[in-house]
Amino acid sequence: MLRVNLVLLAVLVACALALVTTRHQARQLTTELTRETARTRAYEIEFGQLSLEQSTWSMPARIDKIARDALRLQNAGPGRLEIVDVPAATK
Amino acid sequence: MRAAHALRAPAAQLELTGWRASLVFGALALAFVALAGRSLYLQGVEDEFLQGQGKARYARELEVPAHRGRIVDRHGDALAISTPVRSLWAFAEKLEATPQQWSELAKLLDTTPQALRRKLAAADDFVYLAKRIPPELAQRALALGIKGLYEENEFRRYYPAGEVMGHVVGFTGDRDAGQEGIELAQQTWLGGRAGSRRVIINRRGDVVEDVASVREPQAGRDLALAIDSRLQYLAFREIRAAVLEQKAKAGGLVILDTRTGEILALANWPAFNPNKLDRDARERMRNRALTDAFEPGSTLKPFTAAAALDSGIVTPNTVIDTQKGAMTIGGATIHDAHAAGSLTVEQVIQKSSNVGAAKIALQLPAQRMWQTLSDAGFGAPVGTGYPGEVSGRLRPAKSWRPIEQATISYGHGISTNLVQLARAYLVFASDGEVKPATLLKTGAPATGRQVIKPETARAVRRMLEMATQPGGTAPKAQIVGYRVAGKTGTAHKLEGKGYTNKYLSSFVGFAPASQPRLIVAVMIDEPSAGEHYGGAVAAPVFSTVMGGALRLLGVPADAPANNVILPAEDAMIREDT
Repeated sequence: MLRVNLVLLAVLVACALALVTTRHQARQLTTELTRETARTRAYEIEFGQLSLEQSTWSMPARIDKIARDALRLQNAGPGRLEIVDVPAATK
Repeated sequence: MRAAHALRAPAAQLELTGWRASLVFGALALAFVALAGRSLYLQGVEDEFLQGQGKARYARELEVPAHRGRIVDRHGDALAISTPVRSLWAFAEKLEATPQQWSELAKLLDTTPQALRRKLAAADDFVYLAKRIPPELAQRALALGIKGLYEENEFRRYYPAGEVMGHVVGFTGDRDAGQEGIELAQQTWLGGRAGSRRVIINRRGDVVEDVASVREPQAGRDLALAIDSRLQYLAFREIRAAVLEQKAKAGGLVILDTRTGEILALANWPAFNPNKLDRDARERMRNRALTDAFEPGSTLKPFTAAAALDSGIVTPNTVIDTQKGAMTIGGATIHDAHAAGSLTVEQVIQKSSNVGAAKIALQLPAQRMWQTLSDAGFGAPVGTGYPGEVSGRLRPAKSWRPIEQATISYGHGISTNLVQLARAYLVFASDGEVKPATLLKTGAPATGRQVIKPETARAVRRMLEMATQPGGTAPKAQIVGYRVAGKTGTAHKLEGKGYTNKYLSSFVGFAPASQPRLIVAVMIDEPSAGEHYGGAVAAPVFSTVMGGALRLLGVPADAPANNVILPAEDAMIREDT
């Protein structure tokens, strides 16, 4: 009887210790998860800012201005257009 | 105890022990009652306060922010993005800063210490020292260590396309809620709702346990518009140039995809910049292409022809006597700008004869004509969901008098908005089908509803192509390398009770005529730089925008490069409605 009790006591202690450890681990993981979520959020914000920047730099209005002013490009007028027939096979 | 008691128990001392014992007992009892009372007090009366204080040491309710969804164009380019910004604030009286801190703060905020002081002095209590500044800047300002200076998190919406896209996208107001345009129309889709959750934190402030989610956060969803940024810019640039050049009051331009009914571009001038809303922006905010109805004028004639062809009353070659350009109905006289004798139905459209259109219309039962117009979408909302969209006016056929049926045949006594007009031309561009027009990206070809016979649509298309060739009203609509088809409009504006000598010039057309891909509708309100005919004012804008758009989309050419034939300036046909 005593032996059984001793075994049970040992099992009980082991269980209690396991519970403490698991709980500790759970808390550590939660902390980590929260931190990563915050990081995701920060990246989302950064992505938003970068796509805003990309959008601003690539606005057709800006490209149009640079093409005309800095690169001196112009629309090809009627006299400078050639219509080329593309054979169906290469389409 | 008992033994000790028995050993030295003189009778004389017994009495004394009696009251001593009760004293001790009483004192102990009293102390016990006090303890019980205290415990009752803590557990009962103060319970809530203490529990709260305890929880405050480890439990927190965390806000889970949710940002507003982005608006992007059909290629995914951002048109509206929310990004966090900070505002710096303080209680005027509690702000303590050394002169050196003051000048550094002023330098960071790009202002002078004097200006900051004035701001503080002007406010009684709470004051914003800087609103909506980049987070890094706020961080640096706070790092100065000024006592009583605080920051506040906010979201600010940015519109990289500015005034080019202002009317379509709209803008948000307080608390990032949609206030105009798509931002308002799609508020429930775009808007996010912040959530909160209860957590337990440890000594260092890290979250160690999630207790419960109080409110699930709901993130805003992204929204893709049908708009193509490149076409939109092209449309905006050209309509602005045209309105300024023609000294007009306003102008609008719509590009529609014939296969999907998507609105690829929708531009107006005057325009406003949603990033910079100043006081006079209010007046420029109106998205005229959707919220203003106007009398379309001659751009409506093809529908009259379609109704007549479809019911088999005429063929494209039926000859109509236009009576030298004047006709009297019930006391009112209809005029043509260019008098002609006999014209075929084809030529009536090509040369835009009012008398011809009226004569064709009067052969039709009013109900039949009404049906065709109604099927093409006149008099009913376009259904873009845009706030303030008007549906125009198409009165029931029963109330039409003959003179009204005659004037409706050339676009007076009926009103429409520009998108509605462009969409109605889908009937001719797509073999007689009408499709819903949408501002949102669908990507897939829309299923339409057949409203006129395919032969009729093809016949009208041929007439519209003739209108852009020499002998028509709009040779200036021609494009190098592409066949185009379209119709001009020059409507007298209705003011008060009568027609004025102010005009609304328009052009609606599609290309390539052999297999229409795009519809472009141009409207210029009160051109006053000399010319006012649709063929002279609106058709060139159509030509530039359509040509540019077809090339940008890589639509194969269907004509040789030398296809544009312009008649001599004085031989140009002008029409009056």
